[in-house]
Amino acid sequence: MGQPYDPRGNLVRPYAVTRGRTEPRRDIPIEAVLTASQAAVQEARFAGHDKYRIAVLCEPRAQSLAEIAAYSRLPLGVARVLVADMVADGMLELHSAAPKEGFTERMDLLERVLSGLRKL
Amino acid sequence: MDFASSERAGAQPKEITSAKIVVAGGFGVGKTTLVGAVSEIEPLTTEAVMTSAGQGIDDASKVPGKETTTVAMDFGRITMADDLILYLFGTPGQTRFWFMWDELIRGAVGAAVLVDTRRISDAFAPLDYFENRHLPYLVALNCFDGAPRYEPEEIREALAIAPHVPLIMCDARQRDSVKQVLVGVVEHAMRTLVAEQERGFPTPVG
Repeated sequence: MGQPYDPRGNLVRPYAVTRGRTEPRRDIPIEAVLTASQAAVQEARFAGHDKYRIAVLCEPRAQSLAEIAAYSRLPLGVARVLVADMVADGMLELHSAAPKEGFTERMDLLERVLSGLRKL
Repeated sequence: MDFASSERAGAQPKEITSAKIVVAGGFGVGKTTLVGAVSEIEPLTTEAVMTSAGQGIDDASKVPGKETTTVAMDFGRITMADDLILYLFGTPGQTRFWFMWDELIRGAVGAAVLVDTRRISDAFAPLDYFENRHLPYLVALNCFDGAPRYEPEEIREALAIAPHVPLIMCDARQRDSVKQVLVGVVEHAMRTLVAEQERGFPTPVG
């Protein structure tokens, strides 16, 4: 749809749904979660079957990249390319993974995770 | 048509943080069982497609004739609050997929290396891997029924586990036991973070 035909799509079967692109527009951690607004789901109706299904999945409940790949039965790399496109196009909102830097930020997260585990 | 991307459904909080803990160990050691014991969803499987040439090649079209291999990772989810989700990822069992471990541990809170006391030598490779990474980890001995019971210190010596690495016994099928393993991982991560703060230089994650 609007993208030039990429013959690699025929060679790399798992990547056919991304028209052969294997590099996502941005790196998305496997555990980063994504959400879709109802308006975004409507927009995704016109973005193809895979993207629509992903938007529908992320509307009622935040889903990680790993969950999107598993529920969509897409290889992780393929899901990452599609999700990165959808983030760039405003169809999905990307939320933050755990902070990698900053003592206070990291410690706050660890404390929240610890208290969450203790409540299980 | 005007679809503002800032338009939110309203039901979901503005910013959701997700964290992950990695569960490592040899093939068949009980990683998926452990994940399933605490996960709110049935453990899911995500698959990464690799060429047989493996590491460093992410475009199979550039290596015609190479076969693709599927690496499977099982994972679970614990929604802790409407703005905090913890994911548990099991590493692929086969050690030749170590390059996938690098992606899995990036940004992780910490890891648990699960050890089957009946097949201790299976733990050497996973332990070697974590010894050379800057990620807090502990060793959890999965005590299967009828498995030989050793004193924890015997295991520590047999596996040459460093003194600063916590070693705990667990039953991967039992929710409370798994909970203690995960609490242990997070507490160890906190101690590690405090220690590096006191030393005055941070250890990069992953």
